[in-house]
Amino acid sequence: MAEFIASLEHVVKGPVWGCQMCGQCVLHSTGMTCPMNCPKTLRNGPCGGVREDGHCEVKPEMRCVWTKGYERTQAWPLPNTWKEEFNHLRPPVDNRLKGGSSWINFFTKRDKWTPKGWKAATDEAGH
Amino acid sequence: MSTLEYKLTQTNETVFTAEFPSLDGNAMEKAKKHADRFRGWFDGVNATDNPAAHAHVSNVATSIAMKQLGLEPIMQLVCRDKNRIAQQADIVSAAMFGVENYVALTGDDVTAGDEPEARRVFDLDGPQLVQLMSTLKRGQYMSGRKLDPAPHMFIGAVENPGAPPFEYRVQRVAKKYAAGAKFLQLQICYHQDRLERFCAGVKAAGLGGKIAIIPTVVLVKGARPLHFMHGSVPGIDIPAAEIARVENATDPSEAAYQQTLEFAKHALAQPTVRGLHITDFRHDDTLDRLMTDLGRVRQVKTN
Repeated sequence: MAEFIASLEHVVKGPVWGCQMCGQCVLHSTGMTCPMNCPKTLRNGPCGGVREDGHCEVKPEMRCVWTKGYERTQAWPLPNTWKEEFNHLRPPVDNRLKGGSSWINFFTKRDKWTPKGWKAATDEAGH
Repeated sequence: MSTLEYKLTQTNETVFTAEFPSLDGNAMEKAKKHADRFRGWFDGVNATDNPAAHAHVSNVATSIAMKQLGLEPIMQLVCRDKNRIAQQADIVSAAMFGVENYVALTGDDVTAGDEPEARRVFDLDGPQLVQLMSTLKRGQYMSGRKLDPAPHMFIGAVENPGAPPFEYRVQRVAKKYAAGAKFLQLQICYHQDRLERFCAGVKAAGLGGKIAIIPTVVLVKGARPLHFMHGSVPGIDIPAAEIARVENATDPSEAAYQQTLEFAKHALAQPTVRGLHITDFRHDDTLDRLMTDLGRVRQVKTN
């Protein structure tokens, strides 16, 4: 069943968002732009190498996913909570979830798990 | 407490930092020569982490050498080459030798270097690496395993005021501050208007006094390195007029110096700016000239 849902998710999200099946989807908080398409897989904003035309340092033919994500956050009628979440610090990827369904991990809250040390630092910083 | 931390958190003094040249063969001898030129001028000197994706003497070894040579290291860590386990190991290893200043970078891509076929890691990104440092500073590894006593750490990050999306860069500063960064070294920026907007944005976001902004200037001998940076360094754009100003001068070396001095003074006059970072590609006594012209008095320490 889990494999079937993962396949379904890939069929739906692959062509539209270039989904890489990280298993912990953050699309809604990144301006509906999948950060796993960034060659450096940056989940917290662009690197310092963005070109003058807003394209990627590594792939000059591709627009930086964060340039796109930022513009969409400004221009698209996304819910305000999603727009606010754009600036949140997203935790490191849990590599164990790769290839699985983020839909299942969302409903089971498995995608909310972070390592203890990370969680303690987050709680202290209040974000 | 490191001198850098003391000056930035306890005083209003302007700080000066620099980039230690990368080391390869005959590294200790060369490190001694660089240290002799740098000693007494700077509050901290960056030990780079395989800059431009080229392998060199490591950030950890360079930091330790600097301590032995009487310089205060600022250890850079990039996300490109090592996963979170190796990054934590490097930080506690440096802390073992008394390294206190750390700065987190995403890092250039492997394709910027001479081994573009290498695997890129990027297990963490820049802001996550800042929070990883905060976690260690609290006395825990990321897993929650105790680190006792907690290492004393002064944490910084970087930002590029000169690359798009410009408005969003200030929000990244806020994110890095929230993750624990207390100072921010900036990428070289040859667009004064962009630096002005960035600094004004940091101030407007209420981050002045919370995170120390440290712009970067570069000492070059002529127009060639300007062409190189413009064409080959990701995220650096140099207006044609700035390059022409050096290239067409009767004395390009002097023109390049005057340009750097002008950019340095401009940067230091911006709100939220607490210091200046200097990258010296000239490797001559122009560094002394710049520091003197900026009103700095050399503090010669005896070891």
